[in-house]
Amino acid sequence: MATTPTAPSPGAPPVPAKAAEEYRGFSLTALAWRRFRRHKLAMYASVVLIILYAAAIFSPFLAPYSETRSNRQKYFHPPTKIHFFDENGRLTRPYVYNYRLVDVGRRIYEPVTTTKYPIKFFVKGESYKLFGLIEWDVHLYGVDSPAVIYPLGADHLGRDIVSRMLHGSRKSLFIVIPLIVITVSIGLMYGGISGYFGGRTDNIMMRIGEVVMAVPSFYLLIALAGVMRDVPAQQRFAAVIAILGLVSWAGFARVIRGMVLSLRQQEFVEGALAIGNSHLRTIVRHILPNTISYVVVSITLQVPGFIIAESSLSFLGLGVQEPFSSWGNMLSNATDLTNLTRYPWMLAPGFLIFITVLAWNYVGDGVRDALDPRAVTSGEPR
Amino acid sequence: MHAFILRRLLNMIPLLIGISFLSFSIMYMAPGDFLGELRLNPQISAETIEMMRAQYGLDKPFIVQYWLWFKEAFPMPGNWKINLGRSFQYHTPVTTLIGFYAFNTFLLSLTSAVLSWLIAIPIGIYAARKQYSFGDKVLTTLAFMGVSIPNFFLALIILYFVVRWELPLPIGGATSLGYDELNLWQKIVDRAHHLIIPTLVLTTGSTAGLMRYMRSNLLDTLRQDYVRTARAKGLSERVVVYKHALRNAINPLITFFGFEIASLLSGATLTEFVTSYPGLGRLLYGGLRANDYHLVLGGLMVGSVMLMLGNLIADIMLAWADPRIRYQ
Repeated sequence: MATTPTAPSPGAPPVPAKAAEEYRGFSLTALAWRRFRRHKLAMYASVVLIILYAAAIFSPFLAPYSETRSNRQKYFHPPTKIHFFDENGRLTRPYVYNYRLVDVGRRIYEPVTTTKYPIKFFVKGESYKLFGLIEWDVHLYGVDSPAVIYPLGADHLGRDIVSRMLHGSRKSLFIVIPLIVITVSIGLMYGGISGYFGGRTDNIMMRIGEVVMAVPSFYLLIALAGVMRDVPAQQRFAAVIAILGLVSWAGFARVIRGMVLSLRQQEFVEGALAIGNSHLRTIVRHILPNTISYVVVSITLQVPGFIIAESSLSFLGLGVQEPFSSWGNMLSNATDLTNLTRYPWMLAPGFLIFITVLAWNYVGDGVRDALDPRAVTSGEPR
Repeated sequence: MHAFILRRLLNMIPLLIGISFLSFSIMYMAPGDFLGELRLNPQISAETIEMMRAQYGLDKPFIVQYWLWFKEAFPMPGNWKINLGRSFQYHTPVTTLIGFYAFNTFLLSLTSAVLSWLIAIPIGIYAARKQYSFGDKVLTTLAFMGVSIPNFFLALIILYFVVRWELPLPIGGATSLGYDELNLWQKIVDRAHHLIIPTLVLTTGSTAGLMRYMRSNLLDTLRQDYVRTARAKGLSERVVVYKHALRNAINPLITFFGFEIASLLSGATLTEFVTSYPGLGRLLYGGLRANDYHLVLGGLMVGSVMLMLGNLIADIMLAWADPRIRYQ
């Protein structure tokens, strides 16, 4: 690649001795990784994200209950208090009490302190498929019935919020992967073709892109979601991915087009064509790889937007539908002011969205700093 | 400059036609019959439905339907009136309805935009000048949190505290019940009162984004050679920062204004939804739920026009602020 600093071309300004020494033998990726590691907050944020995504992968095992398991006697159940000390103040095995409804109208529960229910680990419960493949029925923790363990309370149908958050995380977190694939592939192809051929093709393609961009994105999003209203809940998730993909490619394609427009003037394009490459192959194999650092940066910066968009749509009831959970649709049950003030634990999924988006933003910041082309050309280590 | 504005306005015409085609196609694909809602309504006779059916040409192919809607919606010689059809839900012309709701959204977005500029720019300047100081670190962290918190979640949290602490703030609506009897001053106060919660929600995110942008721009500018030159020739720090660096750092922010309008309009939808503020986004959402296609179409069109005008204003402001920019 032309920008590799290990082999400066004869015409390039001399690299300061110290910097050259430091950079000798490192690939561009290794350099970027070194700079990324120096961004402490981005490193911490990556750890947070790894934990969150790992939890999402193992969610059926980590969650004590299944996604749809509801307990009609326990709706708006408050967070179960977990006791680490017995009534004499001695440290014991953690246990919980069963709760009893004392006020039917306001749904107030009280612990029944006669029997203790110790928290058991690796208990057998409802069966599930780990990774969608392996049939298993062991859960990380649980308690014997009739007691229940709801560390963050229950919702309006008596479903454990922690379990639903864990199950929902698979949708809310992993939606970004298909979205990245869609946005990058459409954006690269569209921008690549438009910028490469230029002229009338470019003109028409860019006008179409502008139409998509001229509609406020969220308006377009809810209008498209309205079209997919009749899609059954099982396929809803795929529909949400399709809608978000349709809305988000245009801006990205436009920047790629601008980059391709200037790249195609360079000699290597002529060279690629001269040795008999087709136009398409020249675009895909020779031109587009040059946009890689922009693509990586821009996609990482778009991820928080994807997560917020999914949760917003689900929050409005236009995304993932009941009985399936996503962080957004769990929050929509808290829009009722009475529910919100009486049962504030219903807000818990919002904090997860917030933490995830924050972490992605920090990672995006780190990635941008690491791949900033100016940092490479100016040769000053950060 | 006038020629530039005129050209931009003329450019909007094909764009609007494109948007109308896109929006119409989306609505055409939507499930459910166009008049299904009306048939269920006992107040509307079968003749009326047949009449509307003929009027909108619903038995005709897609392109004819589009043309019938289009020639009403776009002002043309001989028919300058904009007619976006009638809302099935409210039984009023869509233009009247949207005018009312779009004004509310406009008011909300404008207040938030102005407020966030007033807050974000001084904070951004401070953070850039005191880079890596304690204050800078606190502000940048807060800004990061501000851009990361989803609008609707922030709105829920604020509502929670408003109810919990029994703050005397109106929840929901843009005006009080007796709004029409108030005099002008009372009307303004009443509106402002209702704007507090939604504005607070909307301003947080946009202030945070703007402040981060301001900070990094100013930091970039302060590293430029001409700033070094200005310092070298002995200008006071105040002149260097505010006269030489700041003016150059603010220009990109004006372009940002266009994007901000887009994000404010989108963010406003959710905020309106949570705080029950009667704005365009909520109208659109309600229309979608009720199969009110003309309303949704109109909403998409008006939203797009607001966005395009916002971008145009941003370009004009940029030309006004930056003498280097010349539009032919």
